[in-house]
Amino acid sequence: MEILVILVPLALMLGGAGLVAFLWSLRSGQYDDLDGAAWRAIADDEPPQEAPAKR
Amino acid sequence: MHITRDFSHYVRSAGEGVQHIDLAVEGVHCAGCMAKIERGLSAIPDVTLARVNLTDRRVALEWKAGTLDPGRFIDRLEELGYKAYPFETESAEAAEVAESRFLLRCLGVAAFATMNVMMLSIPVWSGNVSDMLPEQRDFFHWLSALIALPAAAYAGQPFFRSAWRALSAKTTNMDVPISIGVILALGMSVVETINHAEHAYFDAAIMLLTFLLVGRFLDQNMRRRTRAVAGNLAALKAETAAKFVGPDEISQVPVAAINAGDIVLLRPGERCAVDGTVIEGRSEIDQSLITGETLYVTAEQGTPVYAGSMNISGTLRVRVSAASEATLLAEITRLLDNALQARSRYMRLADRASRLYAPVVHATALLTILGWVIAGASWHDAIVTGVAVLIITCPCALGLAIPTVQTVASGAMFKAGVLLNAGDAIERLAEADHVIFDKTGTLTLPDLEVINAADIPADVFDLAGRLALSSHHPVAAAVAQAAGAKSPIVGAVEESGQGVRASVDGVELRLGRPSFCGAGALVGGATVDPEASIVAFSKGSEKFILSVRQGLRPDARAAIAALKARNMGIEILSGDREPAVKAAANALGIPEWRAGVTPADKIARIEELKQRGAKVLMVGDGMNDAPSLAAAHISMSPISAAHLSQATADLVFLGRPLAPVVAAIDASRKALHLMRQNLWLAIGYNVLAVPVAISGVVTPLIAAAAMSGSSILVMLNSLRARSASREIV
Repeated sequence: MEILVILVPLALMLGGAGLVAFLWSLRSGQYDDLDGAAWRAIADDEPPQEAPAKR
Repeated sequence: MHITRDFSHYVRSAGEGVQHIDLAVEGVHCAGCMAKIERGLSAIPDVTLARVNLTDRRVALEWKAGTLDPGRFIDRLEELGYKAYPFETESAEAAEVAESRFLLRCLGVAAFATMNVMMLSIPVWSGNVSDMLPEQRDFFHWLSALIALPAAAYAGQPFFRSAWRALSAKTTNMDVPISIGVILALGMSVVETINHAEHAYFDAAIMLLTFLLVGRFLDQNMRRRTRAVAGNLAALKAETAAKFVGPDEISQVPVAAINAGDIVLLRPGERCAVDGTVIEGRSEIDQSLITGETLYVTAEQGTPVYAGSMNISGTLRVRVSAASEATLLAEITRLLDNALQARSRYMRLADRASRLYAPVVHATALLTILGWVIAGASWHDAIVTGVAVLIITCPCALGLAIPTVQTVASGAMFKAGVLLNAGDAIERLAEADHVIFDKTGTLTLPDLEVINAADIPADVFDLAGRLALSSHHPVAAAVAQAAGAKSPIVGAVEESGQGVRASVDGVELRLGRPSFCGAGALVGGATVDPEASIVAFSKGSEKFILSVRQGLRPDARAAIAALKARNMGIEILSGDREPAVKAAANALGIPEWRAGVTPADKIARIEELKQRGAKVLMVGDGMNDAPSLAAAHISMSPISAAHLSQATADLVFLGRPLAPVVAAIDASRKALHLMRQNLWLAIGYNVLAVPVAISGVVTPLIAAAAMSGSSILVMLNSLRARSASREIV
């Protein structure tokens, strides 16, 4: 049962990491435009930038 | 004359030499638009950020200070095919956004705690029936307490605060029993843990908060969305005015930056954004938004003009008077305030449910405790059972029953072209059984159309359309649109208040007043429609008469028939003249109509219907409709409505058809049905669970299973509101 000493804090730490990640994503505005985000995922990439002129 | 546009009112600094502006954009609805706008704007040099928000239909732009004029972004968007307006976040909306984020943060914390407490609870539940040592159980209980207590203290804030506010005001709301339930459950669990008891309810308490926060967040999110819609509508109304900043210099400024005494220029085809008096110029103005009267009024020096009037033919200089002094607007605003006060007394379904709920639950818990003591149980056991009753009856499903349906239904209505402007609109719309329509702009389209286009040779009509492109007059715009004209005739000259003329291949073309085209005699002979405006077109010696009027919305007949099929009373109340109203009523088959009605008369009629017990849906667009929109049980406006009415209306519908009105009624009726069903589901759950709780055999496992089971059932049932049909038959 000594394994609990490792497993319980480990589980809590993983959960805590999830919570921190959620709070970070909330703060960085990732939930502000849910409709747009749904479309951005499948939008085409930007066309490649024209190669800079050689110097 | 030199005209500049001044957007400095809307630009704010985003630090480090970067400036920021928010634009509300019309017509953004898909991923394609989003990519097009972002690429188009990012291509402008020095733009550092261009990001579309598809949910709110806005664009955030940042650029290096001093290098760009914000007007350029609007021009660029215009080139891309989108109309954009600078946008200023109202403080009310900012508050809603902050509240929404706070709830989401609480929800995150509560969900985290629920998952981790549950992880500790399941070993305890299975250990209780097998070989767990009491020390291990205590250890797990203490760990649960360590997670649940701080999480509940944080995530419970929305409920505790609201309950405290209610109690301080000596009333009660849904949050009072929730707060009492959560605090008692946690408190009892701590006491039980100290006494090495078998059962603790940390999981049930924190799970309850999670479910309730889901409901609370959905509710708040809908309110935030309706607020964003209202904010965009205000911006799209483009309330700017051309203000004289020098004797010959004009700046296009937002109305907020205009003061009494300023002089503004009102060009033909522009809508007046201020109240004032004409000091120079002569024109006809259209006051139909204010009075409902479709005949033009002549404006000259000394004529008062009100915000919302459309300038038709000439250019006017207007001295701005204090807006609140205008008698007409003051009257309308006063009526509006009274009506709004009366409406705020409406009690939402959720409030009615919670008013019944709290006393019943608390009485049951108290009776349980007393019953067990009388039956000979110890006080400790009796109190534990009583708290179990409180936990199991906590309004988990009740808290989700209404917000989930509202969220799903408002999404379905949005797809049908209806925007919600008020949070409780769905409930009230579902109860409506009598519809009052305004005529001008509501049953009819806001823009003009040519009704006798078929009588005119196609090539002549085409020529008239091209000539019309050179005029600012709204009637000319209607002719140009009807003819589908694209290229204006080179060298066309507009004569103010008369018409346009040009010459093509030596033939003189004229479009305008019949006298201007020498067609005065033709008008006398023709049978004239009382509502129509007449314009004449001459090509050399050939003369034609074009009759232009507001047409009925394309599906108005079908929509009215659909409403009749739903057993709703229908009538027209219009400020317009009798022949015009009569013609529309006959065309639509509406037997009940009144013409020449003032705003006060409209309210009187609504009150009369209220006395008879009818729930009135008012559909109107004019400023003269605003008080009656507020007085009615529920109200709708088309997107083309006057700003004041749109702000007052509970729902706003988009586009040319009238079908969204019917679709909204159907969707809301279905939603109300589902809300009631959900409440019954929640009550049914309590009826089953409470006897179990009273009998004292509830374990934390049963509480957790019952609570999540009923909540999921209610959520699944709400999803049925998605399938709101768009058919109007």
